[in-house]
Parts: sequence; C-alpha cells; structure tokens
Amino acid sequence: MGRYVVRRLLQAVPLLLAISVAAFAIIKAQPGGPLAAYEGNPDFTEADRVRLEHAFGLDQPLPLQYLNWLGSFLRLDWGYSFASHQPVLMLIGERLPNTLYLMGTVFVVVLLVAIPVGVLTAVKQYSWFDHIVTGTIFTFLSTPTFWLGLLLIIVFGLQLRWLPLGGMQTLGASFDVGDRLRHLILPVATIALVQMGSHVRFLRASMLETIGQDYMRTARAKGLAERIVIMRHALKNAAIPLVTIIALDMPELFVGALVTEQIFGWPGMGRLFWDAATRSDYPVLQGILAVSSSLIVLANLFADVMYGWLDPRIRFS
Amino acid sequence: MATTSVTVTAAAQDLRGVARSQWLMAFERFRAHRPAVLGVLVLSLLAIACAAASLISPYDPDKTQLLSLYEAPSLRHPFGTDDLGRDLATRILYGGRVSLTIGLLAVTVAITVGTLVGVLAGYYGGFLDSLLMRFVDAMYSFPRLFLLILFGVFFKGMTVGVIILVLGLLSWLTTSRLVRATFLSLKQREFVEAARGVGARDRRIIFRHILPNSLAPIIVAGTLGVGAAIIAESTLSFLGLGIQPPTSSWGNMLNHATTDMDKAPWIAFFPGFFIFLAVMSINFIGDGLRDALDPRHVVRKT
Repeated sequence: MGRYVVRRLLQAVPLLLAISVAAFAIIKAQPGGPLAAYEGNPDFTEADRVRLEHAFGLDQPLPLQYLNWLGSFLRLDWGYSFASHQPVLMLIGERLPNTLYLMGTVFVVVLLVAIPVGVLTAVKQYSWFDHIVTGTIFTFLSTPTFWLGLLLIIVFGLQLRWLPLGGMQTLGASFDVGDRLRHLILPVATIALVQMGSHVRFLRASMLETIGQDYMRTARAKGLAERIVIMRHALKNAAIPLVTIIALDMPELFVGALVTEQIFGWPGMGRLFWDAATRSDYPVLQGILAVSSSLIVLANLFADVMYGWLDPRIRFS
Repeated sequence: MATTSVTVTAAAQDLRGVARSQWLMAFERFRAHRPAVLGVLVLSLLAIACAAASLISPYDPDKTQLLSLYEAPSLRHPFGTDDLGRDLATRILYGGRVSLTIGLLAVTVAITVGTLVGVLAGYYGGFLDSLLMRFVDAMYSFPRLFLLILFGVFFKGMTVGVIILVLGLLSWLTTSRLVRATFLSLKQREFVEAARGVGARDRRIIFRHILPNSLAPIIVAGTLGVGAAIIAESTLSFLGLGIQPPTSSWGNMLNHATTDMDKAPWIAFFPGFFIFLAVMSINFIGDGLRDALDPRHVVRKT
C-alpha cells in the first residue's frame, strides 16, 4: 500500500512536468505577448523593445525561458499580474477563500441531498418517488448551467424579489450572516442542481447492484432490521465508488465554477481566470492553470488510493 | 414441388426469426425505450424546422426593426422580439442550424481523432502507447472550459468551422480510452490470432475484427457527446467568445439577455429552452442506445 502510493506519486512527476510544458506552451501561443501594452505607444522605440525583452529574458531560447519559469514557479515566485501589478500568489490568495466558501457549500448541499435520495430511489426502485427523482435529474442534467442561473435570477431576483441578483454581500453594508446567506442561495442552487444529478444516478446504480447481491439476502435471513441491512450492509459498499467520484470533484472546490461566478458576479477563482484570459494577463493565467491541473492530478491519485483503501478486494500490484 | 419450396421459405423465415442480427435486436430494444423514441421525434422535428427556417418564418433573422424593439410574445412574434426588434423565433430557428451543426460535426471530429489515437495506442502498444496515453492524461488535467476560453481569446471569437475543430480536438479523450481498452482486451484473443494466421494484414484486423467491438460504446459516448458539445458551444458563445453576432447561435442569443432580463425576460428564456430541449432529447436517445446496445447494462422489470 505505502509502496503503491509512493510509486504513484513518482509516476505523477513526469505528468506534472508535461502539464507544466503544456501550460507554458498554451500561454506562449497567446497573441499580444507581455509587451503588447507598449506597442501602441508612439514613444516606444525598437531599442526600448529590445531592452525590455532582454530585461525580462524574452530574448532567450524558449526551452531556457521554460526552465526559468519552472524554477521560479517552484520557488513560489509566480510573478506579477500585468493588469493590476499585484503578485499572482496574492491575487489567488484573495480569491481562493471566496471560491472555497461557494464551492464548499455546494459540496455539502450536494452530498446532504444526493446520498439519502440516491439510497431511497434504489430501495424503492420504480416507485413514483424514483420516477419523479429520475425525471428531475434528467431535466437538470440537460440544462445549461448559465441558463439555469439566468432563470433563477429572473424568477427569484427580478420577479419575486426574494433574493439578491449577485455579489457576495450587499455593497457597503456591514457584515451580516443573514445577508451573506441570502447571497449564497442562488449561485449554490445553480451549481448544485446540475451537479447533484450525476451523484444521485451514480449512487442509485451502485446501490441497485449491491442490493442484488447474495450477502444482502444473508443479512436479511439473519433477521436484521431492513434499516440496518440497507444502511450498514448495502450503503457502505455502494458508497465506495461514490467516494472516488467525490475525490475527483475536489479540484472544483478550488478552481470554482467560472460560468456561475460570472453570472452572479462572484469574486472567485473562475472570474479571476476569466479576467486574466480576456486581458492576456499571462502570469495570472499560468498560475491558475498550474494550480488547477496539479490539483486534478493529485485528486486522481487520491481517488485511486482511497478506492483501494476502502475496498480490500482491490489489490495494488 | 411448389409446396416444398413454400415450406422451405417458411422454414428459412422461421430460422431468420430466431437468429436475428445483433443490430436488429438492438433496434427493437431501442424502440421499446419510450423516452428515446420521444427524443428522436423531438430532435427530428427541431432539425427539420431549423432546416426549413426560411420557409416557416416570414422574417429576416438579422434585420433590425427599430419599430418593434422588446415586443412581448404575441401572435405576430410567438417568442417576442429582441433588443434590435428581430423576431426571436426566427433567430432561434436559424441559430439552431448553427448549434446543431456544431454539436454534430464537433463529435464527428472527436470520434475520428479518438478512434485513431485509441487504435494506435491499443493495437501497437509499447512506447507509442505510453506516449499517447500520457498525453491524454495531461490533457485531462486541464479544465476544458479554461482551454476553450483560451482558444476563444486566441481567435477573438470563433467562426463555425473553428469552433467545430476546437471542440472536436478537446473532446476525443474519452473515445480514445474506450477504443484503446477494447484493443488491449481483444488483440491477444484467438479470433485475432486466427485472422493473423490466415494472413490478414494489420489494417484488416484493426477495422474488420477488433474495431467493430467498440462500436457500441463509441456510439453511446458520441451521442451524449453531441449534447455536451451543444452546451459547450452555447456556454462559450454566451460568454461572448464563441459564434459572433450577427450570426445567431442559441448561446450568443443569451449573451445580451443578461442586460434586459428585467424588461424582457423572454429573450433569456426561449433560446435557452431550445438548448435544453435539444440536449434533453439527445440525452434520452443516448440513454436508449446504451440500454439497446449493452443488454448487460439494464435489468428491466416488465
């Protein structure tokens, strides 16, 4: 087990390096370039350009530029935003809590709803409850997130005027828990309603498979209460694959939900990426891409390890 | 003599009845899946309506009508008009052409590339396999929306052709893994050995003997992929980086809706509803195909 984890970690290193090359290449391919801001300036001469390119190391061969970038990246020197001239790490540090706050709430809400609903639909397969839930899930899985967000804003924000249209809190108001929560409801609902579906479907399928197994009959034959049979014998095994799905969701907690953040004006990581992309703010883009892809690699690794740890039938070889 | 031949044909028909082909059986299972049939119906109607847009609608989709800005849905304009007085229903039909075409063709690109990569990795194996699969791993490690946005910025918004290529080239990963898995599990099997033994070349073994076995999962993944591509295109166009006006797509029609949500909510409602309708139909079809092509997948209570 320990050796397996170490080996997987070592295997992840070349993958992370490949990702860093890709991230570097993607950014380098973008038009404009770091000196684009000066191009329109009539006082900006060819000599100035050469001088600046030399100062920033942009005249070096690409592989060398990459190594320089990687080196400073590993030393947590992620450079300064072209747009706001603030350190990239600081910008990310400002936005990350907002995204964690939004996506963490989504995460909890999704699990709190998806687990009981998933179990119930499996236990009562083909009941009216199952049909309604399955239909609802199908509806939301086919709904574009941004449209759902717009509809929620129109209905609950503009027509009924129950909830605020966007932002994290009422501007200028002092901190207030109720106000904060009211701002949280619509964005959380937008993401959770779409996300919940796949979790419920997954757990339902997994539960149905488990319920059909022999040891379930044995458990019932021993005279155990149905509640215990379902919760202890079935759910525990059926939830194993769900754990890996949840592990694979983890990066989203940090990367955020770009479209939803955009619609609701939520100052999180997704919007940071959006602003950086539309302004060709390379240092910020590189920082976010590197963080998000490393997280995805680690989440994959974590999911594999968890799966084996929870299910002793899986052997690492 | 005449009677014998009749009996023989009858017997042959009987036999055919028993030994129905795999595909016929799959088709029958698909036909029994009511939501899937409904999906085919709705999607066909939608596609026909979009194709015949110029026959159905008396309006020009792009011509601004300054005397009829923000008209609420009425008999003249069943879905109302937008901020430039254009008939929304008409624009939805024309936009549907764009969105549906993009969904279909992007998946075609994705399946072609994915199959090619999967075959190369799975059949030839070795160094090529590890190289390609590490590349797939690396591609999987970037959030797809981030890459789409970077491409959108790079091209300053996209034309239909470019968005098809970009979506296709970012969506082949799953297909390549599916195809590779089939090849890994089948290439050592006896029937492949036998084919090789009678002198079949690589190409024949790949396309005649192994690839047909991964057709079912490819078809299912491809169908669901069309829905995903339509959503991806509309998201990108909604953000302003996809299809550029005046050409309408279901996504970019919602781009300006955000500013007018208060006084003209129908502008935000109808284009999105058609995305939803199309994707829902496609998902139903995909679900039906999954049940039809993989009998192990469902245990249906009758």
